[in-house]
Amino acid sequence: MSAETLKDTRPRPQPAPDVVSPGPGRPTIAPQAQSWVGFRTLLYKEVLRFWKVAFQTIAAPVLTGVLYLLVFGQVLDKHVEAFPGVSYIAFLVPGLTMMSVLQNAFANSSSSLIQSKITGNLVFMLLPPLSNAEFFAAYVLAAIVRGLAVGLGVFAVTLWFAPSALLAMQAPLWVLVFALLGAALLGVLGLIAGIVSDKFDQLAAFQSFIVMPATFLAGVFYSVHSLPTLWQAVSHANPFFYLVDGFRYGFFAQADVSPWVSLAVVLTALAVTTAAAYRMIARGTRIRN
Amino acid sequence: MNPAAIETTNVVKRYPRTTALDGVSLRVEQGEFFGLLGPNGAGKTTLISIVAGLARATSGTACVLGHDVTADYRAARRALGVVPQELVFDPFFTVRETLRLQSGYFGLRDNDGWIDELLDNLALTAKAETNMRALSGGMKRRVLVAQALVHRPPVIVLDEPTAGVDVELRQTLWRFIRRLNREGHTIVLTTHYLEEAQELCSRIAMLKAGRVVALDSTRALLAGLEGVRMSFRLAGELPAALAGKLAERDGVRVALRLSGAEEVECALGELRMAGARIEDLEVGHADLEDVFLQLTSDRRTGESFLPSPASAGEGPGVRASGHPTRQTA
Repeated sequence: MSAETLKDTRPRPQPAPDVVSPGPGRPTIAPQAQSWVGFRTLLYKEVLRFWKVAFQTIAAPVLTGVLYLLVFGQVLDKHVEAFPGVSYIAFLVPGLTMMSVLQNAFANSSSSLIQSKITGNLVFMLLPPLSNAEFFAAYVLAAIVRGLAVGLGVFAVTLWFAPSALLAMQAPLWVLVFALLGAALLGVLGLIAGIVSDKFDQLAAFQSFIVMPATFLAGVFYSVHSLPTLWQAVSHANPFFYLVDGFRYGFFAQADVSPWVSLAVVLTALAVTTAAAYRMIARGTRIRN
Repeated sequence: MNPAAIETTNVVKRYPRTTALDGVSLRVEQGEFFGLLGPNGAGKTTLISIVAGLARATSGTACVLGHDVTADYRAARRALGVVPQELVFDPFFTVRETLRLQSGYFGLRDNDGWIDELLDNLALTAKAETNMRALSGGMKRRVLVAQALVHRPPVIVLDEPTAGVDVELRQTLWRFIRRLNREGHTIVLTTHYLEEAQELCSRIAMLKAGRVVALDSTRALLAGLEGVRMSFRLAGELPAALAGKLAERDGVRVALRLSGAEEVECALGELRMAGARIEDLEVGHADLEDVFLQLTSDRRTGESFLPSPASAGEGPGVRASGHPTRQTA
């Protein structure tokens, strides 16, 4: 490194036309920041973050989803009929797709945030004038993008096992609505988990003891109607069940509960978690202390 | 009156078990090169964190260019560039990506002209497309400086920017920061290198245990330490007549605090009369380190006072040598 590069006599480049020069003796002030640029940059960075390691963040979960389908689908296809007229494999595909959406949306916001907290580079997002809403929205939207990317991947690959039943999608709008809401809800939950956790260990506990059981027991692999009454009641207390059930309704126009009930439950859960996450961000809980 | 570059009013920060800041009021004027000194745990970084919005004060207010850091946080943060103490980086990105992202967070697009200038000034141009992981510690530190400057903040805070950094980089960095100061940027610096503060800062605040124990121009702080310090090796007892002048005794090494050349002569006379054999005699002026040690030594209570510590002579850690070796500029 040469100190020559620092000579003060070096001619200063002309400032960009939009730079305000307040006159001699005063520092050059950056131009008025453009609205949305901060938010868009953070969203872009969050998407780029997982995209740069797409093998780990997209390809691997897609493979996991396909493996579930191969194992459970092949073993149980001839033995189980969850919905009348729907093969078990066809039944399983929406469940696995939704499970992948949920788990990956959660993984994205939670691991991104905790990595930034632990490595300390969260400071780069905290020093700029990003609003609480921008911060929240960028993390959640990136989680939605990752969740949907993995979901699409799982769906595209598993489609091959039961193409006719799945392509005859009965109500695509419901499919889209529940995929979006599911990714959003888990993105928000991931954000909360990332905020509350200070160690990878704590985050792993969230993932292993809350998200995994809740998604597994949400009727991904079975219709809750096949469960004993007690466990049916327990399942109905799990908001993830409504996501899977509503999503599946979009494919087969059959579900354990009405999609409108599912929609109401999911929207309520999303509103409650959003309020909680936003409040944490606004108060700087475990982020600005 | 122009708003202060940074103004804190009675800032208190309490954690469950400690009080990190205990009513800190400071005013840094625009265009100043201001030093914030204090021992580890004095509250320097906490104070910076509150000004930067990285931590919330328990009570009190902080403003950057007149913008309250919580009520008007967008304007306050836009006016401020902070180089954090920790060597943090995002391993997913290259140097240029890092700087572009940081510009974007501040709402700036097409900032490449300024980014190139920063890279050039910090001798990072050759590393622009290198991943952050592959950089040495000194390089990462320079990227942190560049990140703090992407939005051309009028107020720049550097928290221990030269900790663990080699001499060459230190010089490079200071030349650049001085230039920014000449161009009108306000600089606030925390450092453990007192020589740096003495050389660079026009005004200095010293923190101890969350309180401001001194706040004055660097010159006035040093002027508060009139007199000289004489140190030597002494095998036997110190003559009783000199006991009152003793600043420090560490084994055979004795340091006296004296008012001037006359007292040096007298002291030498006393020693000769007592038949004491002295060796390795050093006579020197006090420097900022003496002020620092006096004001922050544990023998002091945390009472706030403005400096006139010269006569006190109770700093236990006064150094045996009056002239510390300086890094040549």
